[in-house]
Amino acid sequence: MNIIEVKNLHKIYKESEIEVHAVRGIDLIFEQGEFTAIVGPSGSGKTTFLNMIGGLDKPTEGEIVIDGVNINELKGSKLIDFRLRKIGFVFQAYNLIPVLTAKENVEFIMSLQKRPKKERIERAETLLKAVGLGDRLNARPSKLSGGQQQRVAVARALASKPMFILADEPTANLDSESTRNLLEIMENLNKMENITFIFSTHDARVVKKARRVITFDDGKVISDVKNKY
Amino acid sequence: MILNIARRNIWRNKRRTLITVASVFFALFFGLMMRSVQIGTFGRITENIVSSYSGHLQIHKKGYSEEKIINNSFKFPSGKIEKIKRLNYVKAVVPRIESFALASSGEQTKGCLVSGISPEKENAVTEISEKIISGRYLTQNDNGALIGDKLASFLNVGINDTIILLGQGYHSVSAAGKYPVRGILHFSTPKLNSSLVYISLKEAQTLYSIENKLTGIAVFADNDRHTSLLKSEILSVFNPENYEVLDWGEMMPELKQLIQTKSAGSYVVLGLLYMIVGFGVLGTAVMSAAERKKEFGLLIAVGMRKIKLALIVFSETLFLGLIAVIAGFAVSLPIILYYSVYPILLSGTMAAMYEKGGFEPVIVFSSDPSYMFAQLIIVGVIVLIASCYPILKISRLKPIDAMRN
Repeated sequence: MNIIEVKNLHKIYKESEIEVHAVRGIDLIFEQGEFTAIVGPSGSGKTTFLNMIGGLDKPTEGEIVIDGVNINELKGSKLIDFRLRKIGFVFQAYNLIPVLTAKENVEFIMSLQKRPKKERIERAETLLKAVGLGDRLNARPSKLSGGQQQRVAVARALASKPMFILADEPTANLDSESTRNLLEIMENLNKMENITFIFSTHDARVVKKARRVITFDDGKVISDVKNKY
Repeated sequence: MILNIARRNIWRNKRRTLITVASVFFALFFGLMMRSVQIGTFGRITENIVSSYSGHLQIHKKGYSEEKIINNSFKFPSGKIEKIKRLNYVKAVVPRIESFALASSGEQTKGCLVSGISPEKENAVTEISEKIISGRYLTQNDNGALIGDKLASFLNVGINDTIILLGQGYHSVSAAGKYPVRGILHFSTPKLNSSLVYISLKEAQTLYSIENKLTGIAVFADNDRHTSLLKSEILSVFNPENYEVLDWGEMMPELKQLIQTKSAGSYVVLGLLYMIVGFGVLGTAVMSAAERKKEFGLLIAVGMRKIKLALIVFSETLFLGLIAVIAGFAVSLPIILYYSVYPILLSGTMAAMYEKGGFEPVIVFSSDPSYMFAQLIIVGVIVLIASCYPILKISRLKPIDAMRN
């Protein structure tokens, strides 16, 4: 089942008087259950592309249809609500709320969805246990290592039961042990719960695990390969 | 969850929070103290003069305030007095004859204010008998006088000594009379002590040759707040073409102006104080917003509506304000309440200065909730303005730009 359809996507930034063509006419389709890596050199348009399909940035031209909705037409609170319901985010710098504990960070997304408190607490604990942080539920981000924080971020992204999770360089700040742990968790969630992951990365270990690898260069897709296991 | 985040956020930078809270606290504390002393002290001065002598309003024959002479007296309007007594907010109505005379005893002579009063009616409202420090109060048709202690001292008279009053009566006839001193009074207003002589209304009418006439009617309101309302109602009973109705501010413009000038001065000081504090709170809000721009971007990115985020930021500033307000009132209120019951009695040079200015040497704190409420509103407005900046920033925030920050 197609969950994201990208048609003729362009993004032009204007920096001072210079126009930067970050994305140049991309057409892609993502299906339910994919575990996709977007690779390419710095400045190839990976992050811009992820931001646009995540509804964080508007394309200059083209269409992004998620679950049948053209997100370019959504504005303000409608777009924010759409992101809350459909998309999970994992950022390179973890971006957890520093004053909340690990459990509260995960619960927080569900509170935005106005889910009952009991459900929120149970799901937050389940997800944190699933990412191996069952014993760190009440620790604040400052008391967690980078790898642990990124696992909380994954749990938070999953908490809202999104259609897919976008992860921008999720392992960039992690050591090899933490990277291995995180990949394992993401892969398991993908295989066992059919959760769609789309991530941009430079990391060869991540690319090796991906079942689909899309390579960007100069704002275009230069290859789209499906690995078979 | 929103309030929880806001509550925890304010303690992220403890030192900054404490400095901000302290600045609002001190501004509120000084604001409350300053207004309390000012309102309390001026209230006391007004109360002393208004309640113990002038009344909130006075009715005279038209032109009396311009020329305070016995010729401007008017016939005792008993029917109209009864009408005024029935008006709302009227506590008491007392007839008076007021004029000037020379008080003399032995070799000493001094100008004085002669007040002819109805002893029972007057005492019921101004409680003159409470101010007697020696002797007794006047009876209804007493032919004696009550005099202020400083005047008695100047004239060198005591109880049962006789003073002579010399003045000008109706149509310039000479007014002269001798009056045994029945009692010596002490008022909290120094000016009254050195100039006031009370005699009965009947004696005053005889002295000034104005049988069955008055120079004024003093009206006492239940509260100063009702003075202006009462004035308009009295004007409907006493035709303004023939009578003038003056409130105490019009009767004593110098006192009213003094209060207004001092109040204006304190508003300027408080305005500056709150402005400085306001900028301090705004500075905290601006810094906090700038530091957390990325975090704000993230929260919007993951699905938090801007209005909720604005609510968090507003709650944070509100919490800061609340802490300061609670602390400010917790420290100020006991002091204000204590000194409103037990005023500070001045002594030495300070007391002499007050007395020289014609005021009672005492500092009174007012516990009137209205000025406290006003200070609360000011702090509320500061908090509101200070939270506008980050809220404005949030409303214009693009998550993608904020997260690149």
